[in-house]
Amino acid sequence: MEVKEKKTKEKKHAVLKRIAGPVVTAVNLDAHMYDVVKVGKEALMGEVIKIQGDNIIIQVYEDTSGIRPGEPVENTGLSLAVELGPGLLTSIYDGIQRPLAVLVDKMGNFIERGVSAPGLSHEKKWTFKPLVKSGDKLEAGAILGEVQETNIVHRVMLPPNAKPGIVKVIKSGDFTVDEFICVLEDGREYPMIQRWPVRVPRPVREKMNPTIPLITGQRILDGLFPIAKGGTAAIPGPFGSGKTVTQQQLAKWSDAEIVVYIGCGERGNEMTEVLTEFPHLEDPKTGKPLMERTVLIANTSNMPVAAREASVYTGITIAEYFRDMGYDVSLMADSTSRWAEAMREISSRLEEMPGEEGYPAYLAARLSEFYERAGLVKTLNGARGSVSVIGAVSPPGGDFSEPVTQNTLRIVKVFWALDAKLSQRRHFPAINWLNSYSLYLESLNDYYDREVSPEWNRIRSWAMEVLQKESELQEIVQLVGSDALPESEQVTIEVARMIREFFLQQNAYDKVDTFCDMKKQYDMMKAIKLFSDLAYAAQIAGVSPSQINTIKSKNELNQIKFIKDYKPELAKIEKEMDTEFNVLRSAA
Amino acid sequence: MKEYRTINKIAGPLVFLDKTEPIGYGELVNLVLADGTVKRGQVLDTSDELVVVQIFETTAGIGKDTGVRFTGEAIKMPVGREMLGRILSGGGKPIDGGPEIVPEKRLDITGAAINPYARGNPSDFIQTGVSTIDGTNTLVRGQKLPIFSGAGLPHNKLALQIARQAKVPGSTEGFAVVFAAMGITKEEANYFMQDFERTGALEHAVVFLNLADDPAVERIITPRLALTTAEYLAFELGMHVLVILTDMTNYCEALRQIGAAREEVPGRRGYPGYMYTDLACLYERAGIIKGQKGSVTQIPILTMPGDDITHPIPDLTGYITEGQIVVNRELHRKGIYPPVNVLPSLSRLMNLGIGKGHTREDHKKVSDQMYAGYAEGNDLRGLVAIVGKDALSERDRMLLEFADIFENRFVRQGYDEDRTIEDTLNLGWDLLSTLPVEQLVRIDRELIQKYHPKFRTGAKKE
Repeated sequence: MEVKEKKTKEKKHAVLKRIAGPVVTAVNLDAHMYDVVKVGKEALMGEVIKIQGDNIIIQVYEDTSGIRPGEPVENTGLSLAVELGPGLLTSIYDGIQRPLAVLVDKMGNFIERGVSAPGLSHEKKWTFKPLVKSGDKLEAGAILGEVQETNIVHRVMLPPNAKPGIVKVIKSGDFTVDEFICVLEDGREYPMIQRWPVRVPRPVREKMNPTIPLITGQRILDGLFPIAKGGTAAIPGPFGSGKTVTQQQLAKWSDAEIVVYIGCGERGNEMTEVLTEFPHLEDPKTGKPLMERTVLIANTSNMPVAAREASVYTGITIAEYFRDMGYDVSLMADSTSRWAEAMREISSRLEEMPGEEGYPAYLAARLSEFYERAGLVKTLNGARGSVSVIGAVSPPGGDFSEPVTQNTLRIVKVFWALDAKLSQRRHFPAINWLNSYSLYLESLNDYYDREVSPEWNRIRSWAMEVLQKESELQEIVQLVGSDALPESEQVTIEVARMIREFFLQQNAYDKVDTFCDMKKQYDMMKAIKLFSDLAYAAQIAGVSPSQINTIKSKNELNQIKFIKDYKPELAKIEKEMDTEFNVLRSAA
Repeated sequence: MKEYRTINKIAGPLVFLDKTEPIGYGELVNLVLADGTVKRGQVLDTSDELVVVQIFETTAGIGKDTGVRFTGEAIKMPVGREMLGRILSGGGKPIDGGPEIVPEKRLDITGAAINPYARGNPSDFIQTGVSTIDGTNTLVRGQKLPIFSGAGLPHNKLALQIARQAKVPGSTEGFAVVFAAMGITKEEANYFMQDFERTGALEHAVVFLNLADDPAVERIITPRLALTTAEYLAFELGMHVLVILTDMTNYCEALRQIGAAREEVPGRRGYPGYMYTDLACLYERAGIIKGQKGSVTQIPILTMPGDDITHPIPDLTGYITEGQIVVNRELHRKGIYPPVNVLPSLSRLMNLGIGKGHTREDHKKVSDQMYAGYAEGNDLRGLVAIVGKDALSERDRMLLEFADIFENRFVRQGYDEDRTIEDTLNLGWDLLSTLPVEQLVRIDRELIQKYHPKFRTGAKKE
């Protein structure tokens, strides 16, 4: 269902009747739900969100100050759609896919209104290399050819709603996105560009169960609470718990081929940090700037609220488009709470009956519709692609019982519970290992056996057990002090501390530690396990916990994460550890 | 200009008019009372049958005989270089007995959002001379860093100290302070004014005063006037502007009052559902622009009702601003000034403004280490209350001790004490040297060799 022009029969002039903030009412307008309309003399962009008798209620994506009743309204007959084609990558858009750089050129440093700008450059020529030849029979979504967009190959496809046909002419050479590159036998012509309505999921052949982890290079995520490619995760966190840093780390390091980052109701300066940092960041795999595989959507908190509502849909539609080419896409939405608040604001302007805490009753439905657009799929052209969605939630007052967090948790499979207490102790990433969970562990087991080590699953369970045990012991320690614990449990406390400080803590700002691959994670955890085994053995042999704590080499383990070529150092430490324990044991 | 006498209903700060010509949304409105006085308002809702006007002053004296004039333009304010050194009312009128402002420009007070693409990355370290800010919660130019406080705590004193001492080491560019008071008492206002005069800060300052007995709705425009002035000084005249907004809690109360008068569906605790967006439109007016001189840095102050940080006002603020400085009652009771509790405090832009080339290479690590030590020591205080000091391990005793000296030497400082960043960091090392070196796991060995008093050659500081 590609967007087609609908015929609008205009009887009387369509005019504005009422203006109250971002929601306006028009009369005499022949409109359908979610049609895009041009509001007022300045032709501000808006979208029909309610029809009530003769009154057409419109949310406007720009500031409505100065607009008067009686000004004209025009229906474009189109749904809110994004332009999809070469030129998406490296772009920075606002919530309705206007490139921010173009807006600076057109209206200066501040966002004014009434300026439209297409999402893609319609002048730039791209070199198109066909992959089909005349006579080929094509189905919807078929790949017509390739464009080397950045270091990413952009696969140009037949729109997903096109009828099958036979290629008559396929061109090769330099074209703009609007020039036809393919003609079918029945006379249909296709350019590289596609338009797709943002509120409609792009079709796929089949949704599959996720079985491959999305490697993020973050030890607590990959090691303990992994997300699968095509999976969904939520990061709820009270402010100041390092949510944004965690999300940015994911955007930088996750092994998805394409990253779509939606700053929805974000801070301007933080968005700037992303905007200035990403172009300089090197992609660890290709050595090219990370920006070359990224699309950014920035709708800061003081930009119009209706565009904030749309930004999430704009982002996921772009993500789905790249998925259809057979790429693994990861989408970060920061923050879905701001998105929900935009819904609440619009809803209250519509004077709708509020649900919980003033949020509209359809909040849960909208959230689940959004997360359901994630997934590992077989695309229409038979390739395998995925969209993984990582949504940040900002619960007011850190209270997880509020509606946005609760409705999100009902849908997502991974929960990374950020904890302000941990960040106060400067334990970063401040993800609480007791409250977090991942429901993908089982489906990913095979992958770890194959790719990391057959030992990995066992060693991970061991680590979780130690941490769990520690939290129980800590309760006792709080009451009676650590000396009162049995000796073996004092060892447990020490081992848990090592897991927390050496393994879980990770410095996002350190050149080396910012990314840690699975092999290194495994080696580090194994070294801690080795210490643990040696320590328990020594304790049984009669060495006291305070003596075990004097082992010098164990503290050296903490340095491993900062060393790039860590293996020789690790081997040295392991050897020292063994020697030191031998000394202790022989003394005992 | 046409004058309407079609007022139908007056409720709280809102005036409802019947049938008018088409009126623009957000337009400035003048209401002419029977005795000739003029009151100002703004259009909140407009349709061909009804116009709702929000009045910025009291509605006393407004009746069905009041004439209403629509100006056809948004609320604009005159701005000019000579505003520096002036004291204006919360509505922007001079109240220092001086002449009217001669406008160089008239600007829309709602302001427009800075295009995120045009924003510069804030990275200029501002030295406030306060260790708990410079050392552990560093402020940078273009940041918005609120002070979360409670009733009866010395947040005003702290704000003044920051305003007085704030400087970018080595920078000679022009700077200015814009001070907006919303609903504070005359006494508090005097305190600010006297201090500005005492230190000579007034000549670089523009002051907007909306006092406790001024109309509450005027508070809606006071911060907007202040920020418009700040943006003018920063982005047109190239100055570095520090904006102090106090007290944002009063602003939010005014917002709630208008919401209630409009019979809106209330959100949490009766505050309007759009409060997040509304506050964002104020706080986001901080920043720097790529390739331009000048910056707007904001220090909003708010008193947390019942010291509750989860109250909607601090909560929403914290989600928009880049961190917060939390003033703590317990420290205040211990007689520590400034009573900044570094544990819940945070500066999100800190990492951009510290380290080599900004402050010193060891800054982040020292800060993290102190933070961790204080956090753990602070936790242990609870334990000591139960089991007594004797039951603690040697390590725990040291941390407990560390928490005490941290408060007494690092947090505590004089009202006029202006510590350089070097002083602050060296002080940090002195405190850390009370802990065994092996405990300093957050600092690389290299830095320890270079800065730790134990290894540092030459004279020991302090």
